[in-house]
Formats: sequence, C-alpha cells, structure tokens
Amino acid sequence: MNDLVFFLNKGITSGLIIGSIYALGAIGLTLIFGILRFAHFAHGDLMTLGAFVTLILAAALAALGVTLPLPLAFVVMFPAMAITAVLAIGLDKMFYKPLRQAGARPVVLVMASVGVTLMLQGVIRLFAGVRSRDMFVEAPKEIYRIPIPGATRKLVVTEPQILLMLFTIVAVIALHFFLTRARLGKAMRAVSDNPDLARITGINTEHVVWATWIIGGSLACAAGTMLSMDVTLKPDLSFNILLPIFAATIVGGIGQPYGAIAGGFLVGFCETLAVFNWSIVLRPFKDELWFDLPSNMSLVPTEYKLMVPFLILIIVLIYRPTGIFKGRVL
Amino acid sequence: MSLLDIRNLHAGYGAMSILKGVNLSLEAGEIGVIVGPNGAGKSTTLKAIFGMLNITEGSIHFDGEDITGIGSEQLASHRISFVPQENNVFPTLSVHENLEMGAYIRRDDFSRVMDHVYDIFPPLKDKRHQPAGELSGGQRQMVAFGRALMIEPKLILLDEPTAGLSPMFMSQIFDRVIAINQTGVTVAMVEQNAKQALAIAHKGFVLAGGQNSYTDTGQNLLNNPDVAKSFLGG
Repeated sequence: MNDLVFFLNKGITSGLIIGSIYALGAIGLTLIFGILRFAHFAHGDLMTLGAFVTLILAAALAALGVTLPLPLAFVVMFPAMAITAVLAIGLDKMFYKPLRQAGARPVVLVMASVGVTLMLQGVIRLFAGVRSRDMFVEAPKEIYRIPIPGATRKLVVTEPQILLMLFTIVAVIALHFFLTRARLGKAMRAVSDNPDLARITGINTEHVVWATWIIGGSLACAAGTMLSMDVTLKPDLSFNILLPIFAATIVGGIGQPYGAIAGGFLVGFCETLAVFNWSIVLRPFKDELWFDLPSNMSLVPTEYKLMVPFLILIIVLIYRPTGIFKGRVL
Repeated sequence: MSLLDIRNLHAGYGAMSILKGVNLSLEAGEIGVIVGPNGAGKSTTLKAIFGMLNITEGSIHFDGEDITGIGSEQLASHRISFVPQENNVFPTLSVHENLEMGAYIRRDDFSRVMDHVYDIFPPLKDKRHQPAGELSGGQRQMVAFGRALMIEPKLILLDEPTAGLSPMFMSQIFDRVIAINQTGVTVAMVEQNAKQALAIAHKGFVLAGGQNSYTDTGQNLLNNPDVAKSFLGG
C-alpha cells in the first residue's frame, strides 16, 4: 500500500502537474501556429515573463500587507494574465506584424521569435538577475498530507498543485466553449482552416490575431506562474520546458487545441513515468521476480528526461504523421 | 448606371501585367459569364475586383461607388460575395458554422437567410452538423454557395463553379446559379464550360490575352461563328 501511495505521489501527481503545464503552454503554441502560421519559439519566455509579472504584483500586495485565503500569487495571476496578454499583443505589433505585412515567409517569423526569446531572456535577467525566487511571498506553500487507510505513507499534494489542476480543467472547458460557441472563437477556427476565405468572407483577421495572443499570452502566464509556484521561479525556467511543449504540440496535431491538451498530458505522463523509480513499486513482489531488484530502476535517468518527449514524438509521428488529432502538415 | 462597371482595367502581379484593358459591365439582375482560353485573365479579372492584384490603370465601380483596389476583407461590406474555385469552405467547421461565418459581418438576425439557404440546398440541412471537409465535391460547392449567400449579396462572383464536378453536378450547379439570379442577385461567373455557361448568360465576355475580344449577349456569342471557331471548339 505504501508503495502504491508512493506511485501516486511521484508518478500520477507529477504527471498531472507537468502535463497540465505542458497542455496550457501547448494550447497557445498550437493556436498561434494555426492562425499566424509560425512556430512561436518565444512562448517559453512569455511564460517566464508572465510568472515575473505575477511575482511583482504578489510582492507589491504582500508589501501592502494584504493577506488572502488563497496564495497571493494565485490570486494576482489573473490580472497578470491580462497584463501578459497585452504584452503578447505588443510583441506581435512590434516584431511579428510588420513582418507579416511585408509578406515574410513563416521561417522568417520563426527566426524573429528566436530573437524575441533572446531579448526577453536578456530583459528578464537584466531586471531580475539570475537567482531563483519563491513565488510564495507572504507565507510558505501549504502542503496537504492525506492519510490513506492501510498505508503509513501519506498522499501528498500541495495547494498550488490542486489550484493548477482546477485551473487547467476550467481553462480547457472555457476554451472549448469559446471555440465552439462564440462568434470570435468560430472565426478563429475559420482563419486557422482557410485564411484567404476568411478574409473574403469579411472576418476581421486583426481581431482574430488579437484573440489568439490574448489566449496564448494569458495561458502562458498561467502555466509559467503555476510552474514556478510548484518549484521556484528562475529566468530560464520556462525556456527549459519549451522543447517538451513543442513536442506536445506536434504529437497532438499542429493547430489542434484538443490535440495540444492530449499531447501535453501524454508527454507529461511519459516523462514522469520514464524517470520514475519502478523498483519501489516492484519491491513487494521481489521474491517472485526472476532478477534482483536494483535500488534505482527508472527507464531513463533523470538527467536524460528531455529525450522522452522526443522519443514519443518520433513514435507517434511514425504511426500518425499528422499527430493524434489530425493536424496540419508542417 | 451599371451595378458593376469595369473600365479599361490594367492589372498584374508585381511588374508582370496580366490584364491589358478589360471592360466589363453588368446591370443589376444579370448573369455575366467570362470565358476564354487558359491564361486569358478570366480569374484574374475577378481577383482584380478585390485587390489581390496591382491595378495600374482603369477603374472598377460598383453600385455607383469607386471600389478600385479595395482589399478582400472589404468585399463583404459592399455586399459582394466571392466563391473561389477551390478551398472554398472551412473544412473543419460544420456546414452550419460555415454558413454562420458567411454571415460574420451581420449583426442582425440572419436565421431567415439561413433557412432560405437550406431550402435551396436541401442536402445541406441533413448534414448541417458534419464538418464541411467531409462532404462530397458537389456538396462542398453547395456549402460555398450557401456561405456566399449569407450576406444577401448584390453581386456574387463565381470562379469556375463547375471545375472538377461530374456532368450531372454541373447542370445542377448551373440550375442553382439561375435560381440564385432569379432572387435578384447579379452573378459574374468565370467558366471553362463555355457553351453551357453562355447559354444561361445575359452577357458574355470573351477574353484573350488580357483583353476583351468579344462582348455581346450570351446567345449572340454562341451564334457568332468566329467565337465558336476560336473559343468554343467549333
């Protein structure tokens, strides 16, 4: 029983957490790809930027002596999402829109987004330094230890982890209704399907582009904030998870928001389960096993975690070249 | 005053000029058909109407307004609908959503128009919740027509509506064009199947080398031995 709880703590919870973060990031990437038709490399730094906006707001409130029943960082994340959305539109206006208007090819926009990545990283380091920061400015994070009958080990979940899961569920449902019910949401799908026809039909492409950055930017802020609440905030935090998020986007099918969610969780789970120490779960059966249990038996050493998303990517693409949900061909 | 009046239009992509003096005018309620050999500038003429090309000379007037060089996104607000030859539906959107997108610029209640479209194209009503990309070629063409009708256009531009369709669908499409026209919509259509198209046309425009070579009523063009010899295959 203890071993099962250990598996729930280290395998399932971590998988859900990292999967949610990947999903939130991948939704933005896939929408940007579907509508603006380029791979937005600066998405990871948009996440970090959003997390820093949250931190600044939280620190400001904490300095004013505000206390709330929920962690300050979580509460101020919502205004921070709005600010990040505005910043994302600003980045688009300043860097991507002029290129689009000049009729630049997608690869030029990809290069521009790599430039924006470097620029954002520089700006963040310039103002915030390189040290890691705790998002819990007012009080340490709450950790719930839930006793499980028949086990001495307890189920451990932290408050930010619960908030993250709830937020992801709400965000996904809201996105679903937006894309299938709202006029602007349907227009986004229309532009993603066929931009020329959308323009002829009279769909205001500018509004659709704004909506894309608002959704992409605010979800990036949420993902960055939640990730740094789960661990700590570092300037290169989200840049390190950019590649798995790309893998999740492609695995799910490029341009497919539901694919991005599925891809995010698939990559997240595979990653945590690959580095999970299976010998602990197998220990109760060690007498029946034909081999000696090593003390650490994970499929992939933690240092090589990054290869897992790409392994999944290759396997999925061999059998479904356009991703789980039929996506666009690159 | 003609509804659509294109005068001495010179246009092209970049420096390359394709149209070298096209004249085309349609009265409200007419069907105009543009025919001619490949590369004559038929589709280009349609595309020039909404600013997909560089217009170097000439003018386009619609309903008394100068619309020379308007962008494609302003087309709908002038109540002009364009049905491209291919990629003319939103494939992952349902049939119903395709029609809704057709009415995107409308803020009023358009359910009556939607019912009307389902009346003209009954197969669409049964498949309204199916993604448009899963329909057959003929049904996709119906979705494209329906989408274009949602703004209750004054003018509808059709780029080779029968391209790639079987002969059975072809005559169906021509019947729909007549039906749409009879509700008062002016139609400007580019067609490869010149004979059938000219047969339903009030006006025909034979283009060659980016210029009008013959302009007459559809029937007169069909009866003109020179046109028949050079463009209609005898």
